[in-house]
Amino acid sequence: MKSIPVSTTVNGDAVDFVCAPGETLLDALRNRLSLTGAKEGCGTGDCGACSVTLNGRLVCSCLVLAAEAEGAEVGTVEGMADHDKLHVLQQSFLDHAALQCGICTPGILVASKALLEENPEPTDEEVRYWLAGNLCRCTGYDKIVRAVQDAAAKMRSA
Amino acid sequence: MAFDETKHDYKVIGTRPVRPDGIDKVTGRALYGADLSAPGMLTAAILRSPHAHAKIVKIDTSKAEAMAGVKAVVTSRDFGLPEDQDLRDTQDNCMARDKVLYDGHAVAAVAAINAQVAKAALKAIEVEYEKLPHVIDVDDAMKGDAPLVLEGRALETVPEGWSQNVTNYCEFGHGDLDDGFARADLIVERSFKTGATHQGYIEPHACLASMGPDGRGELWCCTQGQYMVREVCAGIMEIEASQLKVTPSEIGGGFGGKTTVFIEPVALALSRKAGRPVKLVMTREEVFRASGPTIHSSTDVKIGMTKDGTITAARADLRYSGGCYPNGTCEMGAQAAFAPYDLKAVRTYGWNALTNRPKEISYRAPGAPTAIYAVESVVDEMCQKLGLDPVDVRLKNAADKGTKSSYGVTFEDIGLKATLEAAKAHPHYTAPLGPNQGRGLSCGFWFNFGGNASVTLSVNTDGTVNVTEGNPDIGGSRASISMIAAEELGIGYDRVRTIVADTTSIGHSDTTDGSRVTFTVGLATIKAARDAKTKMCARAAALWGIDPEAVEWVDGAAQPSGPNAGKFPPMSLAEIAAVSFQTGGPIAGHHESNADGAGVSFGVHLCDIEVDPETGASKVVRYTVFQDAGKAIHPDYVEGQLQGGAVQGIGWALNEEYIYGEDGILQNPGFLDYRVPVASDLPPIDTVILEVPNPGHPYGVRGVGETSIVPPLAAIANAMSRGAGVRLTQLPMSPPRVLSALMAKG
Repeated sequence: MKSIPVSTTVNGDAVDFVCAPGETLLDALRNRLSLTGAKEGCGTGDCGACSVTLNGRLVCSCLVLAAEAEGAEVGTVEGMADHDKLHVLQQSFLDHAALQCGICTPGILVASKALLEENPEPTDEEVRYWLAGNLCRCTGYDKIVRAVQDAAAKMRSA
Repeated sequence: MAFDETKHDYKVIGTRPVRPDGIDKVTGRALYGADLSAPGMLTAAILRSPHAHAKIVKIDTSKAEAMAGVKAVVTSRDFGLPEDQDLRDTQDNCMARDKVLYDGHAVAAVAAINAQVAKAALKAIEVEYEKLPHVIDVDDAMKGDAPLVLEGRALETVPEGWSQNVTNYCEFGHGDLDDGFARADLIVERSFKTGATHQGYIEPHACLASMGPDGRGELWCCTQGQYMVREVCAGIMEIEASQLKVTPSEIGGGFGGKTTVFIEPVALALSRKAGRPVKLVMTREEVFRASGPTIHSSTDVKIGMTKDGTITAARADLRYSGGCYPNGTCEMGAQAAFAPYDLKAVRTYGWNALTNRPKEISYRAPGAPTAIYAVESVVDEMCQKLGLDPVDVRLKNAADKGTKSSYGVTFEDIGLKATLEAAKAHPHYTAPLGPNQGRGLSCGFWFNFGGNASVTLSVNTDGTVNVTEGNPDIGGSRASISMIAAEELGIGYDRVRTIVADTTSIGHSDTTDGSRVTFTVGLATIKAARDAKTKMCARAAALWGIDPEAVEWVDGAAQPSGPNAGKFPPMSLAEIAAVSFQTGGPIAGHHESNADGAGVSFGVHLCDIEVDPETGASKVVRYTVFQDAGKAIHPDYVEGQLQGGAVQGIGWALNEEYIYGEDGILQNPGFLDYRVPVASDLPPIDTVILEVPNPGHPYGVRGVGETSIVPPLAAIANAMSRGAGVRLTQLPMSPPRVLSALMAKG
């Protein structure tokens, strides 16, 4: 099968790549664009480690075809910090020790950012339900919820 | 190294600085097993058995080898036959030799120019199987007429008359059981079964192997032990250990599941055959089908108790299956079962039986959760029957300093009573419960281990320090090691950087397991720092022209040890380091040793659950962990261990299990059907850290990583019994099981 050329925007940068028709956006990000922040934990949309935004919408990039990124805006964990200045959520995850192994952290940060853009003042329950698609096996989620809530408070008062 | 009774004024220990690997992990920069690529790299894939048990009659790889883009195909024919039986089992688990022993057992592998070609090539490999009868359940496997998974593998300790599937047997205990049961007012005997669970790390096994025909190789992989990978892979590949450089990537969770190899020898063999680097990454389905689940178990517990709650005798029979190869986890279960109790008469018996399931590998406190679940369930039932408070009964019988444990050792200072008392005094213990809610508790225990570690601590000329150690960081250990170095040297945490080295950069360290790293590597770091301090004192002494013995290290500086030594202003670490090239050369401290004195760990969990009487679904509504950490180096990461372990135990109790069909095929190899706890399933996990110093460590540190997975199983079962009136003796307590128990109760 012929490869498909794709022109897209990733973290604000215009990029072009070619991909196989069945290739996932996750594979294209990782293998063609060297953006390995998004991880493959399951490949079936169950773990959320590959979470990115596509035109502002939170998606599992393992369930999106790379070709669907044509003309779209893709956001990944690599685009969260502003040069050397961490996003409030990133700093909050460090301050609250909200990560251990860190493999789920990129996906959880992208998902949390999407949450706070939609709902700047979530309840703990809303945070937990929003992040229910992002598995973390290390932390038991306690410190993650606290880190998201602290970041939300800081972002509201900023 | 004994506990230092005099040191209490810590400057760094006990604070909560940001972890050194934190920024890389929140920006996506951290490199895990699947994140590295090499020029000329091939992509590999593994063909796996569709049968639970079958003889491999023939494998024809010729069509796959002829496909465009396929660069190498390997089967068991490409591997030797290691003399060492454990090594042979590990190799055979990576690539089946004569027969496949479980659904998902590897039979062939391909390296190709990309993943699409590799997958297509797998389909072109023809394997002729002759199906054999299979056995999945441990109790079935122990029967005389059970299909045999392997023959002739029973250890000498196994009594005559069992099925050849029974490979391991052990017994522990002391005292007169008959006399003890005769003195009891109440005897309860129950049988329990638990499903196999998976560690469930989010990062699948992944590696990048590069090996030349000269027997030299490099391996990048996610592992809990790069030295273990080196020894095992060098053994399988029949090369010298020095010629294989293993670099541990960042590790995306392990929990014991990355303390062996599953794919690394296959990648090395493919790379050697193809003459190019090979990346091999498991899919999630492969992780479930072919990497280490836990044992599944069948356990009988019998306990005698007097009316006042004194346990007079206790017995447990633990039948474990660690899958298709011999397995000693039953010994740890049999030793852990009654560890929280001070008993005059106790006996435990452990068996391992082979089944057609994947080879078990450690999962956080291996063997202990299922054993203690059974014991703590019976203790709770007896408390209910006798109308006794469950904390009081445990306090009455609790192991303490001087107790001869059920597995033989006599305990030194331990924190069990402290955790029980903290639980009883906590507001959670007496908080009101809502409708359909119940409260349960359970004790937990883990041995903790020491073992081998190598540490080098280099003092740089700008006054900073590098610590080089050999244990992959799975829970924040680089932060703890940096803190320990800073504390010992009297410098700031931000002046220290700790890295986990590859196998060529520092001496051997045992695998990151057994809750050993903060204790063992921490201890080696203390000794390496003290070595460096001695050297720095000698440098200052030389500059001052006085005896090195007359110089001591105080608050991050060398100073004369008394007025007779001479009058010189203190020299800081930075000042000594700055002139080190003029005073004898670079300065470094080292320590290599085999540590003992790890100090056992106890915890108590308190749990409220709510059971929906209509559906049988249960939800944890409040949870508090009490655990003795000895001394918490970085409290955030101690709390993280307590919370993470508790939630894994909650999953084990309520949802997680390997489900097999009649055909012996695993039916739920994915996160959709093997359901680990998600954020919305859970309440906050509160933690209370107790600090009862370990007498075997200068700061009193104990390992904390594993104990926390032990209590949730019984804590939840006990909460369910008290809240919903049903005592479940099979895990997981999934909604259908709970509902049928509720309906049977009427």
